[in-house]
Amino acid sequence: MARVLFDHVTKRFGEFTALRDFNLEIADKEFLVLVGPSGCGKSTALRMLAGLEDITEGSIFIEERRVNGVPAKDRDIAMVFQSYALYPHMTVYDNIAFGLRLRRMPKDEMDPKVKEAASILGVDTLLDRKPGQLSGGQRQRVAVARAIVREPKVFLLDEPLSNLDAKLRVHTRAEISKLHQRLGTTFVYVTHDQVEAMTMADRIAVMNEGIIQQVGSPQKLYDEPVNVFVAGFIGSPSMNFFEAEVVENGEGVRLEGEGFVVDVPDDRADDVRGFLGRRMVFGVRPENIHDKDYVPAGITAAPTAVKVDVTEPMGNEVFLHLMAGDTKLLARVDPRTAMRAGDRVEVVIDMERMHIFDPETKESALS
Amino acid sequence: MRTRLVTAAWLWVLPAFVLLGVFLVYPVVNTVYLSFFSGRDMSTFVGLDNYVYLVTHPETITVFRNNLLWLVLFTATTVALGLLLAVLSNQVRYEALAKAIIFIPMAVSFTAAAVIWRFMYIFRPPQFEQTGVVNAAFTALGFDPIPWITNPSVNNYALIAAGIWMWTGFALVVISAGLKGISAEVLEAARVDGANEIQIFWHVILPMLRSVLVVVAVTLIINSLKVFDLVYVMTFGNFATDVLANRMFKEMFTFGNFGRASAVAVVLLLAIVPMMLSNVRRFRRE
Repeated sequence: MARVLFDHVTKRFGEFTALRDFNLEIADKEFLVLVGPSGCGKSTALRMLAGLEDITEGSIFIEERRVNGVPAKDRDIAMVFQSYALYPHMTVYDNIAFGLRLRRMPKDEMDPKVKEAASILGVDTLLDRKPGQLSGGQRQRVAVARAIVREPKVFLLDEPLSNLDAKLRVHTRAEISKLHQRLGTTFVYVTHDQVEAMTMADRIAVMNEGIIQQVGSPQKLYDEPVNVFVAGFIGSPSMNFFEAEVVENGEGVRLEGEGFVVDVPDDRADDVRGFLGRRMVFGVRPENIHDKDYVPAGITAAPTAVKVDVTEPMGNEVFLHLMAGDTKLLARVDPRTAMRAGDRVEVVIDMERMHIFDPETKESALS
Repeated sequence: MRTRLVTAAWLWVLPAFVLLGVFLVYPVVNTVYLSFFSGRDMSTFVGLDNYVYLVTHPETITVFRNNLLWLVLFTATTVALGLLLAVLSNQVRYEALAKAIIFIPMAVSFTAAAVIWRFMYIFRPPQFEQTGVVNAAFTALGFDPIPWITNPSVNNYALIAAGIWMWTGFALVVISAGLKGISAEVLEAARVDGANEIQIFWHVILPMLRSVLVVVAVTLIINSLKVFDLVYVMTFGNFATDVLANRMFKEMFTFGNFGRASAVAVVLLLAIVPMMLSNVRRFRRE
């Protein structure tokens, strides 16, 4: 049982505020991912939870215990570092056993624990090696084994996959998810990679400039981002944004952008009627822009004229970089598309799933 | 073509071979040769007599004892002090200043340092005012003044203290650089693993500094074997403070015993060679 609570936590380094009024409750056994661009304060938050940074203001609780001022060694947490931070002079066995030895665990009790942790991570054949003799992936596994062997209440991971190659990263992502299910411990995971966040998290906290932007399940953040930052950060490739004026004539509601026009479907018309005559920021995900010839059934919007700038075939789909008037748009379309760079073509922009943001505050204008 | 290449290659290395031969190989071989002779004109072959003298004569046995004392005490204290100061200075804000102050003695010439320390150790009988800093401090604390330079039960330690003062800066700077090389994340990992600062020092920092400490220690051992200037200036090896290098100088230039001086040189060389080899091996590995 390990609930974690950040209660109005602020961290300042001199004049610089790294974390501002940070409030977050992490449930027992939850896999929470802190995600954001570098310098957003996510690692600072994790390090404060670990006891490696002082807390300037506010409180952090692990279970019901306030841990401000409690040294790292007394918090019953374990951490995997970005650089793995293995002890280079110790064998893999001693690396894993170090924390248990410090707790004066008897050898006959410690030995099976070390071997079990090693075998869970598949490093049981490397126990006599030193970190210098291991590959990056093996080191990463040893670092995780060292963390789990103590059976901590909370398990902290600071960008543990960023030093692995792309293929190994995808593989290890799944392994960490499996490990979380197996251990049933609270995981707090820091990353700048929204794909890692989306694929592993129970809940994601998106951070920017020391402030939590939004906390929610991956699908919730994807479907209902509360501001332009979250909308642009979650999802790959990123959401398209354009400014347009909301106008209504006899045929329905339309959005007039810089040199192009899109229709708003009837069932979303009510969402935008409140902004008639105003310029708003609209967001459309790349998968909601279709090649006119391969529009999925049920989408009836009128086509919009655009120019194709670049095409990027991915095999299962094609990324089209489009210019609609002066607005850049990225579309993910059917791989059978005949569109080529330089073509003047028509695409269907499906506003059924549009997002609307206030141009001043950048907050979502959807209630 | 091939023979011309080989000839060219030999021509290229020839200057280096000649230089090494004239200035290194020949002097070593000749010194070994001379160590088997005695007399001013070096005409009498005496076999191993010079060596036998070195290991049997009470005065030269003292020389070996003193060098051993230097080797153990000087090396151990300087490494320990350098390590302690490196760890401490790593934690303070005015680290650069602290290190610079401790490093200054390295910039002082050994002769000048020896002169300074001889002044520091000046002894006057108790009824007079003490002009030496050390004895002034001693008498101020209510102790009797001590003849640091002439009393054989303390003078070797007094000389070694001066040596430590000179070399601690070197140990500090090298160990401090090694300390900076330890990643902060490793220390944090140890903290999260449950280690307190003392356990981190013994179980993480010290083992990770091992190779740096060995390099410093070997350098200091070599210097302790070669120690000359301090002893020459402060006591000229009198009052049972003599060391190998000073003995060699005395045998050569004071007593004119070229054979014995050569024998001391050979002993010194043999003592240093293993240290040099260990350094060379280490460099090759790195």
